Amino acid sequence: MCYSEPRYRLMGDRALLVELGEGIGRDINRQVQKLFFGLDQLQTGAIRELQPGYRSLMVVYDPLQISLPALKTRIEGVFRSLDRFQPPEPAHLQVPVAYGAEFGPDLQWVAEHHHLSTAEVIRYHSSATYRVYMIGFTPGYPYLGEVPEEIATPRRETPRVRVPKGSVGIAQLQTGIYPVESPGGWQILGRTPMTLFDPQRRPPSLLQAGDRVTFIPIAHEEFDSWKPNPSSK
Amino acid sequence: MISPGLLTAVQDLGRFGQARYGVAPSGVLDAFAARVGNLLVDNLESEACLEVTLSGLELGVLADLVIAVTGADLGLHINDRPARIWRSVRLVPGDLISFRAVEFGCRAYLTVGGGIEVPVVLNSRSTNLGSGFGGFTGRALQAGDIVHGRDPELHLAAAGRHFDLNAVPAYANDWRLRVLLGPQEGQFRQTGLQTLQQAVYSVSPRSDRTGIRLEGPVIRTRADQPESIVSEGVVAGAIQVPGDGKPIIILNETVSGGYRKIATVITADVPLLAQMVPGDRVVFQAVTLWEAREALWRVEENIARLRNRLGSDTCRGSRTKPVE
Repeated sequence: MCYSEPRYRLMGDRALLVELGEGIGRDINRQVQKLFFGLDQLQTGAIRELQPGYRSLMVVYDPLQISLPALKTRIEGVFRSLDRFQPPEPAHLQVPVAYGAEFGPDLQWVAEHHHLSTAEVIRYHSSATYRVYMIGFTPGYPYLGEVPEEIATPRRETPRVRVPKGSVGIAQLQTGIYPVESPGGWQILGRTPMTLFDPQRRPPSLLQAGDRVTFIPIAHEEFDSWKPNPSSK
Repeated sequence: MISPGLLTAVQDLGRFGQARYGVAPSGVLDAFAARVGNLLVDNLESEACLEVTLSGLELGVLADLVIAVTGADLGLHINDRPARIWRSVRLVPGDLISFRAVEFGCRAYLTVGGGIEVPVVLNSRSTNLGSGFGGFTGRALQAGDIVHGRDPELHLAAAGRHFDLNAVPAYANDWRLRVLLGPQEGQFRQTGLQTLQQAVYSVSPRSDRTGIRLEGPVIRTRADQPESIVSEGVVAGAIQVPGDGKPIIILNETVSGGYRKIATVITADVPLLAQMVPGDRVVFQAVTLWEAREALWRVEENIARLRNRLGSDTCRGSRTKPVE
């Protein structure tokens, strides 16, 4: 449910969470995208950071340059004409994934948890088109939704200390891709040879909030020889 | 670099404008000490420096330069003689800088006149240690590394500057951190809010650059609230409370999270978080937005006073070589 007015939560004296709705939903997330895009266009030095989330936009500001009421006035100015701000056309990225075995150590467990075969889990996971709700956690990490109900699975009871770069995991209705090696508690179904984050690239993250993702199963032998197709994004 | 000590990394004031790509700010944890240190060696306040954690760092000097050490007192020695911090000093090739004992605080800042020569990655020279990019080839310094300065010879005249020691924050082992309640203070039990403001917490040894973990009375979420919240952005100083009820103060290496934040440390007190060591005691005091703003102005006044005293003739920021 989208709010008719932004709701504010203070995170200290230099960050403001602007909430645009309740829960997780595409409509709310689209509103967040527009507000992010609109405020980003203002290019004011008083706003130091903008981070779109599922249902909120975090605005980090310099309290010595702008007061909280003045900042809210700016935000409401953009919110009132939100439909004027159309974010750029989202990209649709096809992400190759080698499922199972050493690439997806939790595939078997997830299949057994749902009384499905591993092939069925792969089919469900790769049949949906996902929306990038936000980028967070680690550099370039896309929070994708929604996973088909048939394979929605809770996080692992004990998170792994190290999840390899490229791992594709699920947690309840979310799925995500680990762009860099990091700790992680999601159920790992497979791994992509694609590089999602490169600090030398502009932008450094292959995916942006609002983009679309589809997973394409590949054979394990294809993993090492896979090359990015220059025409795809 | 003879010995890196516990952890030494290149940091500036942080990597901003990249949270949308999931990139945390990194950067110095004690921005106050780093800004003062840069002014003492005639740099822009935002110049990169070495963030030194606890003791053990030993450096051999290979060129004429001016340095200043600010922040924690980690037993600075120059050529085996104890040296004072919060002042700039001229060094020559062959000099030896070492940090030998933790007197007060946790992190010292070694600024070099001209700054440190590492590439700018995503608008910053800071090291992102978690993901391995930025700073000195994306990692902490190791024995044998050679760190280059940026035109250190242009800053030699800055030697002998000092900062008013009365304006240095007191680094003790008991901390009072001022906080603004929120953003999710209403989702905790009323007793939890009281606990936060009355209990004495101690800093856990499991604390690091990603967060300060606290041991002490647990803070409970209201019974009608789900285990976690929908992920959202976070800033350094936010105090998150996971399911076990033990607060964690977020630092510069986290960009988003799904835990509730009961309160947030005010900007003026965030640099103090850099100086807390395991076993230190912490109490929280809720203040108003107006008080937070007053406190921030006082911090800025301290830095402005130094800037003014150094004078317009010497405080040019990072100079460039004359055009030939």
